Amino acid sequence: MALLKPKAPEPRALEIAEARIDALTLPEGGWAEPARRDALARLRADGLPIRRDEYWKYTKPDTLTAPEAPEAATFDAGEPPVFDAFDRLKIVFVDGVFDAEASDDLALEGVEIERLADSRADIHWAKDVYGQLEARGQSPVKRPLATLNTAFASDGILVRVTGKPSKPLSLIYHHEATRSDAILHHVVKVEEGAEVTLLESGPAAARFNKCMEVEVADTGTFRHIRAQGRDHERRAVTHIFGRLGRESVFQSFTLTANGVLTRNEVVLELTGDNAIAHVAGACMGDGDFHHDDTVFITHDAVNCESRQVFKKVLRNGAVGVFQGKILVEPGAQKTDGYQISQSLLLDDDSTFQAKPELEIYADDVACSHGSTSGAIDEEALFYLRSRGIGEAEATNYLTLAFLAEAVQEIADEDLQAEIVERISAWLFRRQAR
Amino acid sequence: MLEIKNLHVKLEEEDKAILKGVDLTVEAGKVHAIMGPNGSGKSTLSYVLSGRDGYEVTDGSATLEGEDVLGLEPEERAAAGLFLAFQYPVEIPGVGNMTFLRSAVNAQRKARGQEEMSSSDFLKEIRAKAKDLQIGQEMLKRPVNVGFSGGEKKRNEILQMAMLEPRLCILDETDSGLDVDAMKLVAEGVNALRSPDRGFLVITHYQRLLDHIVPDVVHIMSNGRIVKTGGPELAREVEANGYADFKETV
Repeated sequence: MALLKPKAPEPRALEIAEARIDALTLPEGGWAEPARRDALARLRADGLPIRRDEYWKYTKPDTLTAPEAPEAATFDAGEPPVFDAFDRLKIVFVDGVFDAEASDDLALEGVEIERLADSRADIHWAKDVYGQLEARGQSPVKRPLATLNTAFASDGILVRVTGKPSKPLSLIYHHEATRSDAILHHVVKVEEGAEVTLLESGPAAARFNKCMEVEVADTGTFRHIRAQGRDHERRAVTHIFGRLGRESVFQSFTLTANGVLTRNEVVLELTGDNAIAHVAGACMGDGDFHHDDTVFITHDAVNCESRQVFKKVLRNGAVGVFQGKILVEPGAQKTDGYQISQSLLLDDDSTFQAKPELEIYADDVACSHGSTSGAIDEEALFYLRSRGIGEAEATNYLTLAFLAEAVQEIADEDLQAEIVERISAWLFRRQAR
Repeated sequence: MLEIKNLHVKLEEEDKAILKGVDLTVEAGKVHAIMGPNGSGKSTLSYVLSGRDGYEVTDGSATLEGEDVLGLEPEERAAAGLFLAFQYPVEIPGVGNMTFLRSAVNAQRKARGQEEMSSSDFLKEIRAKAKDLQIGQEMLKRPVNVGFSGGEKKRNEILQMAMLEPRLCILDETDSGLDVDAMKLVAEGVNALRSPDRGFLVITHYQRLLDHIVPDVVHIMSNGRIVKTGGPELAREVEANGYADFKETV
């Protein structure tokens, strides 16, 4: 881990952190307060990311760390909200504020759901997770925007999955105010043998800092499908910290279309034998769009499988970033690690930066990674056009084809079809413009 | 129907002439076969006619029903009634075969100022045509050509041809990679489409396909030109003696 050795923070990083802290209020009381205070102390010691940080080489953190959120207009895509047709338990936040009217009753068999802001007891199951997985995820690389989240999150949900709830939980994030700045923190604990699907959708706010900690116990299954909101000017930094027990399954897929700045970090630890972790993303950027997927998967048990599949379609100067790492600890034999990151550049103005990394300390493992940047396949384009399909429409089909490998990581066929439908609508609407 | 006059073509990237004055007329209702050794320019002719990038026409013309096709985009040529069955059909993951075919059919109709085909009419038609080619429901739903065997890919080409109802069909080495049974099935599909108002240009290296799709006219191509034209017996002559005899006539 020589490359990522922690250094003393730069004075500028500490100044930025103090300025940000000054603009916020630490929620007091209840079981979460010690974790919040601990996070605040860590934040003060580490500072916030600055442009010189190696981990922020390809993405400017300035607007994510500034005391105030830059303005972001709302945007109506003129189509029904994603997942609209699905039977799901809706939990709605508007600019980061819980909307009880729009939300469903939080009672559902097989799962306990509570709001972080309402959870004031001194003793709580979430105490073992809140801020704990985030703190573990700070080594070997600091992720101070997650630390900030642990300290200052105003709300979020605490989900304990004890069975197999009959429908997905659906977090819906509306954005209404042009300068809203939302910080939400969710905790999910999937107990042994339990199984849950969590949906997330919407732009959430002008600026959104979201952290989710997911503990999956032995033989538990966690599935996550996210469609980040379409507002062109929104900014988001999100973190998922996951810890996986024996024979557990963790699958996460993210669709991103639009958004001036998005940084999605996923930090997973496979701590039980035979665990499976799949993380995938499909993103489409046109114009003022910067999208960064930063993934760190640690194999610390035997016979585990991890997959990272990230595909980005970029045009009109859009920028894609992928930083993905597989770390195989000593003794994590029979690890099967796969990582692919690819971009489809639809013009010469768009760029893709990829930093795939493998770090392996066990000798009996199979790990592979690949990263490519390319244009539309001319042969395939000709094939479609020779059938009478116009160039723009043919390009859309080939874009769908390019994204297919990532989208196919969604296990549920109906949800997969919903995401394909969204991508397709986005592409064809743009063609019509 | 298709009239090619003195067609000269070179590769865009390099100064290499591939077609050196091709003259060829395909009449409606007729099947013309083009045979020739590797590198004679057979496939280039099919690509140039269908509008693939990378070739430059330096002289000559090609018209379909009197309309110049060489100036058209590939999709415009398709709408004008030209169809190329590919030697190597392309795989397109994530796009269902049926979705693809329906947009192709409707794009062509739109280009011709016709009404789009309704979902139910399209389904009815594709099911019937797929059945004749022994293409099952499952294959229709799968992504275009993904995981298809060589034979399935070629049958899928013929299905597209059947759905698009072109006026001129060009088959580029359709027999390559097929075993005898698969070839028979493909040939039956092609024969079913033979009609008085449709022309065929069948490009092949071997005579065997022409046992099943019996041509009206056979052309031998060598070094970028048609060097000999005759009836089906010409194909058998090639089968017996190879192309060596024809090369010398160049």
